[in-house]
Amino acid sequence: MMLNLGPQHPSTHGVFRLVLWLDGERIVRAEPHIGYLHRGSEKLCEREDYTQIITLFDRLDYVANLNGELAFCMAAEKLMGLEVPDRAWYVRSILCELNRIASHMLFYGVYGLDTGAMTPILYGFRERERIVLLFEAVTGARMMHNFIRVGGVKQDLPEDFVQRVNKLTDELKRGIEECDQLLTNSELFLARTKGVGSIDGPTARDYGCTGPVLRASGVKEDVRVSEPYGIYDRFEFGIPVGSNGDCWDRYYIRVEEMRQSLSIIEQAVKQMEPGPIQAKVRRIARPPKGEAYVRTESPRGDFAVFLVSDGGDKPYRVKVRAPSFANLQSITHMLRDAYIADAVVILGSIDIILGEVDR
Amino acid sequence: MTALEGLFYGLGAAGLLVFLSGTVMVLTWLERKALARIQLRMGPMRVGPHGTLQPIADVAKLMTKEDITPSWADKRVFWLAPAALLMPALLVWVTIPMARDLVLRNLDMGLFYVIAVSVLSVMGLVMAGWGSANKYAMLGGLRAVGALISYEIPFILAVLGVAMLSQSMDITRIVDDQRSIAYIIVQPLGLFLFLVAGLAELGRTPFDIHHAESEVVGGPFVEYSGAHWAAFMLAEYINTFTVAALVVLLFVGGWRWPAMPGDGALHTLLSLIWFLTKTYFVILAIFWIRGTFPRLRIDQLMAFAWKVLVPLAFVNILLTGLVLYYDLGWWVLTILSLLSLAAAFYIIFGRYGSRAERMTVRVYSTRELGLKPAVRPQAAPPPDGSPVQVDKAPAAGA
Repeated sequence: MMLNLGPQHPSTHGVFRLVLWLDGERIVRAEPHIGYLHRGSEKLCEREDYTQIITLFDRLDYVANLNGELAFCMAAEKLMGLEVPDRAWYVRSILCELNRIASHMLFYGVYGLDTGAMTPILYGFRERERIVLLFEAVTGARMMHNFIRVGGVKQDLPEDFVQRVNKLTDELKRGIEECDQLLTNSELFLARTKGVGSIDGPTARDYGCTGPVLRASGVKEDVRVSEPYGIYDRFEFGIPVGSNGDCWDRYYIRVEEMRQSLSIIEQAVKQMEPGPIQAKVRRIARPPKGEAYVRTESPRGDFAVFLVSDGGDKPYRVKVRAPSFANLQSITHMLRDAYIADAVVILGSIDIILGEVDR
Repeated sequence: MTALEGLFYGLGAAGLLVFLSGTVMVLTWLERKALARIQLRMGPMRVGPHGTLQPIADVAKLMTKEDITPSWADKRVFWLAPAALLMPALLVWVTIPMARDLVLRNLDMGLFYVIAVSVLSVMGLVMAGWGSANKYAMLGGLRAVGALISYEIPFILAVLGVAMLSQSMDITRIVDDQRSIAYIIVQPLGLFLFLVAGLAELGRTPFDIHHAESEVVGGPFVEYSGAHWAAFMLAEYINTFTVAALVVLLFVGGWRWPAMPGDGALHTLLSLIWFLTKTYFVILAIFWIRGTFPRLRIDQLMAFAWKVLVPLAFVNILLTGLVLYYDLGWWVLTILSLLSLAAAFYIIFGRYGSRAERMTVRVYSTRELGLKPAVRPQAAPPPDGSPVQVDKAPAAGA
């Protein structure tokens, strides 16, 4: 039997279509179809100037907006040779790590739904809501912040930011432990995720997987460590690495990453000092002719931007290397001999964002 | 049957129908509130105080909603399916007593009747799955058949254990037999089997594979709307109530335990209250399970039925038989029952080893991985040698 899983299906995480050929409940062949959310973002970038493009990058990975903004701004800064002030980097790092936690919290909740538990999503969203409220105080928006600028950030942090973020980290610490207890060691959750959708390290690398999907397979690869950018060399943090490459490893890596992000945030808040938040940039930025390729570690993996400038006020070409897109390719491998119920769990464990897959 | 008897049964059946419909409305409200409590939210709050009138609003909405038939559907099967599911759910209640005299017709083979009729509900799900002409519904219907037929066996065997203890299939006599000691204490293994198999029969979390929203999007019910969908929900909730009531009657002493004072009408009323209180506690436990567990996969579900529950059910019967044959004290059965339950749990929960053993994720610190200095763009003179132009206004992105 041929079964269309999506594009209208509650667990395809957006408009993703997975065509399954079934033998009973077993999957014989799987064919992913993408493109339902294609908005031509890369092409749109070519007719917007550098500040306008930032809003487009908000909408690529719409769960981790700031990480997307950061990648583009870093590419432009590399082209222009801009020295970004320290404080701007601390603001960026704190916000991006918070965004990573928010994104993983969403994953946590949705993954609960995928495995059939309905409570985790409300716990995940409670924690995410705390972060989003802080974002609103800092950037003025809950999502689509448009906050990071080429050469710095839009504005300085509110006065009570340090207090708020300290309170937030305490709350999140407790929240993450609660979430961990609710799902991680549940016997049924283990049964559904242990040994499901395994992929080994070399294969994952061949498919171009990055981020938690690659690390779950035992590859110690994180852009923040292997090719550090910004001020990530000033923090001490951990990189969780799995060994089985199954759904449980991919899930738990994200839980552990939230803890590590919290530790980064705490260190950053301690190290942060007052200072300028914006490098000097022309009002209409015109990077010199050339190309720049910048890698960043978004919650989903290696989010890279390739930027070509012809010296004008609009980029000549912008190419986004979206981690979800590359990670999603490995699904055909993971779905071998899986059940229909596994298909949902495996797709959830890759944690795709269709806005980024289709661009 | 005289005309008077006919009138009595007719009125009784009508009263039962009204009572069950009312119960379902209470259950839907209770489930939403109980789940909300678990999930850090309020549940229905708008319609009436604390949303108490929400079920009425739901019924009004479902009854007035457009009832859609898919154009490819096998129409007769499609329309008959809700009735095929609802009828057995209602028929079971003919012989389920809510107090000593509060029963439509007490049958000598009451338990046998209950099991025989409740099995029929599988038909409704298969018909809905087939008639909808939808692949998801079909998958859901087939899952329902597989799960329900498998779990029927431990369900029946668990009931058999109770029948052996009381030497009767008459539910009233089973309840009477628990006057000194409830079967939950004599046969905890039987209760576990009955409750777990009952949950699977109901298709409730963690056995809700046949209408799993994240996989088959509602399964057999995916194409139904309006009153027909409401009939399905009615049947599901009546079944939930039935299983909870059976747990109370077979294991927790029904309306009896501890004994109620008085005689006649007062006694019946108190018994009813006592019975309903117990039943709602069991139902809350079922809702609690729904709020906390993920769902099993179909092969795991089958493996659990055939590899765990069926052998355990046979062990239960064997132990009960041994204790009865050698006329040992009831406490011997309690101990044996608990021991086998503990052994089963040990095997189930030991599958993935200890927490340390199942922890396959290791955290490497940045020091271990050797953190290099970060690469940050440095200010460089523009390639063409011209000075970088800087606006006088406070520099910002735009």
